[in-house]
Amino acid sequence: MATDNDSGKPKALAIPKEGYFALQQGRYGPTYPRTPACHGFTIIAKIKPGTEEEIRAYGTRIEKTIEANPHALAPLQLHYLRWVLFDIGSDTYFMYQGIFDTDFDKYTEDAIELFKATGVNTIFEKLEGFPTDWKTSAPAFIKFVREHQCPSFLEYGEYPYVSAGEIKKALALKQAFSSMLDHMQ
Amino acid sequence: MAAQLDLGDIQHFLLARTPALAARYEFLSFESVAAGRAWLAGLVPKVGTGQSVGTASPDARWVTIAFTCNGLRSLGVDDAALATFPEEFRHGMAARAEILGIVGDSGPDRWFGDLASPALHAIVILFARDAGERDRCERQHREYLSTLAGVDVLSALNLEALPPFDGVAREHFGYRDRLSQPVIAGTGEQPTPGSGSPVKAGEFFLGYEDESGAPPPLPRPELLSRNGSYLAYLRMEEHVGAFRAFLRRQSETRDQQELLAAKLMGRWRSGAPLVLSPDKDDPALGGDLQRTNDFLYKEADPHGYRCPIGAHIRRMNPRDTAENMQRRKMIRRGGTYGPALPEGAPDDGVERGIAAFIGCSSLIRQFEFAMNVWVNDPTFKDLDNERDPIVGNHDDPFDMTIPKRPIRKRLRGLPAFTTIRGGAYLFLPGIRALRFLASGNAEQLS
Repeated sequence: MATDNDSGKPKALAIPKEGYFALQQGRYGPTYPRTPACHGFTIIAKIKPGTEEEIRAYGTRIEKTIEANPHALAPLQLHYLRWVLFDIGSDTYFMYQGIFDTDFDKYTEDAIELFKATGVNTIFEKLEGFPTDWKTSAPAFIKFVREHQCPSFLEYGEYPYVSAGEIKKALALKQAFSSMLDHMQ
Repeated sequence: MAAQLDLGDIQHFLLARTPALAARYEFLSFESVAAGRAWLAGLVPKVGTGQSVGTASPDARWVTIAFTCNGLRSLGVDDAALATFPEEFRHGMAARAEILGIVGDSGPDRWFGDLASPALHAIVILFARDAGERDRCERQHREYLSTLAGVDVLSALNLEALPPFDGVAREHFGYRDRLSQPVIAGTGEQPTPGSGSPVKAGEFFLGYEDESGAPPPLPRPELLSRNGSYLAYLRMEEHVGAFRAFLRRQSETRDQQELLAAKLMGRWRSGAPLVLSPDKDDPALGGDLQRTNDFLYKEADPHGYRCPIGAHIRRMNPRDTAENMQRRKMIRRGGTYGPALPEGAPDDGVERGIAAFIGCSSLIRQFEFAMNVWVNDPTFKDLDNERDPIVGNHDDPFDMTIPKRPIRKRLRGLPAFTTIRGGAYLFLPGIRALRFLASGNAEQLS
């Protein structure tokens, strides 16, 4: 029998325009609720003209970074990242969508340090309005991210409210069981 | 090459731990700019610097002065200058209380001593070798105030070390205190094993290179901000009766009580860490500063079988299981207030606890992060509905998981063992800045 807390029961959640149900202040601004699709953000910003190819090239660079150091982004407790470039009229926009397990207000400084370490910041520098003093001013970086965050009005989870840690534990358990069964043969 | 610390200008407070057994904090309000400046002018010569104060110093008392944002304004610092100070400092702790989890019974509307009032302008911190010296200084300050008009004492708090005065600092629950403290790079001090590398001075003092590799921009005027620090003040009541009753309720034997107390803290009351001594106390280890911090979590105790993931010390210093730890370090100064509750005595209803200052160069990145994430995030490290068992806000029922083979133990609905009774965000200026504030004129200093 499925219950409200049953991770096997798909769930959808409609979200008010502000992105939250009740205003709860985090260190850098309102915090956003955990939804059936966990926490996350969708940042949309216009890119500087002529930088599209450079941005696309960074896709390959990040791929190699993760290949060399698979746990480089582990501190962010991520599920998925999606990077999209799309046009509106003659302008090109960059959409950065992340799904993870903690409100981004909490580990925002750690994220900036990671952006620096993995080169993600270089992409941000191609975005219009990105603060030039971001290296010495974390609040300026965070203000830019928050100003360009577009909250969801609906989020859905096929296996709601399950953290990446729980999924990894379940997979490890499955592997351990397989191994145990192998030893029983 | 990082700039040398200006020890002649930095107040001693965060640089040196003094051999004080008593203290008094006085919270002041200035009725006018002139009154505040006159008071400060007489006090500045008594403030110790990093150069003049050391633990081998023959001094019997040590004076520190810090100001709220309203306090700087009350001394004539204009709004344009104040606007260059960080927003969290300008807003003050009471306005940021929700972010810190200081709500409900701990909320600013229930604080003691007018600490949430905009009239709170300054704090004068007196550390003294003993209560006699503390009381002498109190009388002297009272006489000094009687010669001035327009400086009001909103409230005060006396502090005293707890017995048996054997050179070991303890708090009211009986745990040994002051076991880990960051070492500031450039002071020549060596960290004890396991305490991590020395932390760059800019993490604590404005105007120096921090762990980002550059000095962050200084609020203006630089004369005011350079060599300064921010302080977060917390007056935290410890509910000793409730704590002991909880241990008794959850345990059948005295040994089980001690083990549970250790699981909540991450250390035995002697200071011995569970990671190094998981099954029984080891007082010799607890007292050995060369060994008592020499441990990590990732390899030695990944699942928390020794030290639970949610134990106080594992939350407040996750060591090798958190990122950017060098950017989260803080320096704590303070002590205990209220009488010790003898073992076996019923709760007497008297307030007792810890009143401490947490020093840093960024309240939002260091202090507020620790309170918001490490102390009060219910999903810290994939835990479910838990907060710091000792200092977290427990107005709502939160749990505590104690990993154990074959099945973990889950303590449901922990009572609140502590309540915040007051707090403030303060700026701790350097000596030149104190003189500037007292005179209101930068030119007079040169």
